[in-house]
Amino acid sequence: MAQHQVKFGNGLPVALTTVDKIVNWGRSNSLWALTYGLACCGIEMMASGASRYDFDRFGTIFRASPRQAEVMVIAGTLTKKHAEFIRRLYDQMAEPKWVISMGSCANTGGMFNTYSIVQGADRVIPVDLYLPGCAPRPETLQYAVMMLQKKIRREPANRNRNIPQKRFI
Amino acid sequence: MSMREYKPKDNVQARAYYTDRFYVAPQLSKLSPNSDEIYNLDVIKLKENFEILDAYIQKDELVIYINSFDNLKILKFLRDDLTYGFLMEMSAVDFLAKRDGFEIFYEMLSQVKRKRIRVKTFLKKGLTIETVENLFRSANFAEREMFDMFGIQVNNHSFLKRIMMPDDWHGNPLLKTYPLQGDESAQWYEVDKIFGKDAREIIGPEIRDSARVDRYDTERFSRLGHEVSKGTDIYKSEPSNTAVQFQEKGGVFLIKNLNKPQKILTEKERRDR
Ligand code: SF4
Repeated sequence: MAQHQVKFGNGLPVALTTVDKIVNWGRSNSLWALTYGLACCGIEMMASGASRYDFDRFGTIFRASPRQAEVMVIAGTLTKKHAEFIRRLYDQMAEPKWVISMGSCANTGGMFNTYSIVQGADRVIPVDLYLPGCAPRPETLQYAVMMLQKKIRREPANRNRNIPQKRFI
Repeated sequence: MSMREYKPKDNVQARAYYTDRFYVAPQLSKLSPNSDEIYNLDVIKLKENFEILDAYIQKDELVIYINSFDNLKILKFLRDDLTYGFLMEMSAVDFLAKRDGFEIFYEMLSQVKRKRIRVKTFLKKGLTIETVENLFRSANFAEREMFDMFGIQVNNHSFLKRIMMPDDWHGNPLLKTYPLQGDESAQWYEVDKIFGKDAREIIGPEIRDSARVDRYDTERFSRLGHEVSKGTDIYKSEPSNTAVQFQEKGGVFLIKNLNKPQKILTEKERRDR
């Protein structure tokens, strides 16, 4: 596999690339999402989970507990009062974890250019995918999940390897 | 009918709609309360028992002005004797700039008479008002909201605590002097609370321009088809094209790449669908 760098210092290279592939295959096809509907976008998120759009066929099942989830879909307006709880829930999720910020509100504060709304969820937690729209349709969320799957498949299985970490976010 | 006058629409959103933040809308015309039979009787009965500073009908609704220390007695009288048994809404209006105080209003409904009354009172800054929570349960939250948004103290309230803003919030957001985008403590609220004040420099101020895109910022943005891992420095070298990969290309167990030839439907076929 050419896209993986062969590193003889790290043990068996052939075995490692295969392990990467298998692990990422498993991860990307069973993205369990944390139910995180904060405002109107939450309705679209629920619609994507329901039968017409049927998220289950992507392996995405909504879980009500951060311990069982690996992708957090921030669907809606994040208020400053709520910011500490989103951070707490994010910290409770087990690694590896990803975040999709759904809708203008979660991306940038959107139309709520006011005192009480967090101007972009990435001020509080790291975000992997930003999904534009107000509200994005369920197809858009499906596309976002597919993009995230692609992203996961490209990453090394030990995803924090070689990625410089910022201290706070 | 004439057309509306054309105004240039570029940058409408950036401009403030009201430039004077202490603007007070002009009053509608006021009628004397004896122009309505039911209201007239109510006002006569009220005036027998209490001091009523002003009474008029505005937009088919009776408005009475009372002294702020009378509010509990008058609302009790309205509820028990004049059948106004439902407190629909209560809050305050900021008149600090022009009159150095707040106007507090109680909007009441009588389902028997099918009439509404608005009871208004003026409260000088720093004074407190008696709670009406014991008359109307709905006043509990409304008074907490008033305390939260305007900082008006309510006497004898059972649980006077901020209701919408967090407890450690500074300032009262519905005051006309409060900046729309928040004062300093509001702008850094979530950063200070979660990461501490030290993190301000690292996280940076809020970006209020929601259309901002920085193509060199790989922390926040990535370009489709030119993807690099997060945080890579791309100032010097342009990222090369990333090939689109499908999981099913290489052959995964049971999954086949659906390669159906594209077809453009004729008008008839589209109608038949
Ligand atoms: S982006 Fe639009 S639809 Fe989504 S939460 Fe914000 S206002 Fe609602």
